[in-house]
Amino acid sequence: MIDRFDVQEVRRDFPVLDREIRPGVPLVYLDSTATSQKPQAVLAAMDAFYRENNANIHRGVHTLAEEATAMYESAREKVAKFINAPAARQVVFTRNTSEAINLVAYTWARANLKPGDLVILTEMEHHSNLVPWHMLAAERGVDLDFIPVTEDGLLDLDVYRQLLTRDPKLVSFTHMSNVLGTITPAAEIIRLAHEAGAVTLLDGAQSVPHLPVDVQALDVDFLAFSAHKMLGPTGIGVLYGKAALLDAMPPFLGGGDMIKTVHLRSFLPNTVPHKFEAGTPAIAEAVGFGAAVDYLSSLGMDKVAAHEHEIIAYALERLEEVPGLQLFGPSAEHKGGVASFVFDGVHPHDVAQILDRDGIAVRAGHHCAQPLHEKFGIPATTRASFYVYSTKPEVDKLIEGLYEVKKIFG
Amino acid sequence: MDDLYREQIIEHYKNPQYRGRLDPHDIYFEDDNPLCGDHIEITLRVDGSGVVEEAAFDGRGCAISQASADLLVESIIGKPLDEVKSLTKEHVLGLLGIELGPVRLKCALLSLKVLKAGVYGLGEASDDLVE
Repeated sequence: MIDRFDVQEVRRDFPVLDREIRPGVPLVYLDSTATSQKPQAVLAAMDAFYRENNANIHRGVHTLAEEATAMYESAREKVAKFINAPAARQVVFTRNTSEAINLVAYTWARANLKPGDLVILTEMEHHSNLVPWHMLAAERGVDLDFIPVTEDGLLDLDVYRQLLTRDPKLVSFTHMSNVLGTITPAAEIIRLAHEAGAVTLLDGAQSVPHLPVDVQALDVDFLAFSAHKMLGPTGIGVLYGKAALLDAMPPFLGGGDMIKTVHLRSFLPNTVPHKFEAGTPAIAEAVGFGAAVDYLSSLGMDKVAAHEHEIIAYALERLEEVPGLQLFGPSAEHKGGVASFVFDGVHPHDVAQILDRDGIAVRAGHHCAQPLHEKFGIPATTRASFYVYSTKPEVDKLIEGLYEVKKIFG
Repeated sequence: MDDLYREQIIEHYKNPQYRGRLDPHDIYFEDDNPLCGDHIEITLRVDGSGVVEEAAFDGRGCAISQASADLLVESIIGKPLDEVKSLTKEHVLGLLGIELGPVRLKCALLSLKVLKAGVYGLGEASDDLVE
């Protein structure tokens, strides 16, 4: 392919990739599912904001306040365009994916769900799409049920169809598992949910950074995701919602900016999205987020997804060669750039620590998906994950590192 | 071989000297590190004057958690319980002979937490025990 992006050129945009973990041992960063690294463009945008434009937004009339407001709102427009939202006002800035899901649980769900109402989740959810619903179930008596995960790491849609006959009010599910890498058939799950009269919430924390995601094509009601997993800074995330839903929802947190008028004993809430953005938001982070979205758009999300597919397909092939290594999740065709595994008799902490000697950063643990690990009967896995800057030689280093682990613990 | 996986630690992990459960025992406690599924239980036999006669640990987990349990159990045999109560994290780190970051420190100190909770007769093992 002539227009395939040049990964070496991409890598030059990420200052941290020049880091040596020890003299002569370069960083091999295979932990992008936890958080991505940041390109120079994002660092420069945030630095420039603080050096030249820093002010609080929305009510100031001085030059800096006008500039900062314009930059914050322009970031919202960029993010809206990135997910093909009909309007920028449908993009609510939150702290992260967890807060976006909590926003729906605390406002829409508490206004619309009664005791006994069914919420459908899946067995492969991150804790951020489980615990808010556990809390709601304890408080409101809503009923939770789960689409099972099959042995090969896919969602069992036959069981899902059965669950849909029980008049669910909400179907909240991940677009890509942060452990198995499974890309769920979101469009189909959403279509079936709508036929059953349910509202849908998509956890896009892993999908929006790695795949083209179009909220109108998916027809999803809510989408939650985080900037820091898509080359942007920590501290800012998004709740996208359909306009009619967002307009009808009560406010979330109370405070400045979320109000139209305040009296001693009452207030009128502001319009969407400001109704949900109480207090001074993460302004510089929004500017950085906008730069991250610009960067990803310049690469092209189709090319990002194609590059990661090539890397994960190669990684799975190489990992399967390692004796005693057991992989979890589906084959490459159903999967994003995530490889989770256990290695005969060696605890994931020990695997990760020995790989770290060679500068290889992987994650070890339950990856905030304890129920999924229980399902597979293991307390923890080692996880290698890939992004725009990942290369096949890095996969080769991972494999060499695993043989080293085997030598030490064999 | 880097510090963290010195031969001593790997040796205690692969061939622990004090793995097992004493039955009967005078003191028993167990706890988990939920972050990574490490599990340690410790049993002790104590003589009439309050000195640890025998000690054993059982459990599963990473090399650091299991090796530190083996070393810790070895180090308290023949010691009065009062002395065991005053053990600190420096004692465990001294036994391991390495420095650890905050995440792996939890693995290394799980056995001390379990031991002290058992010796103090507490219902729950708290991180304060190893601070």
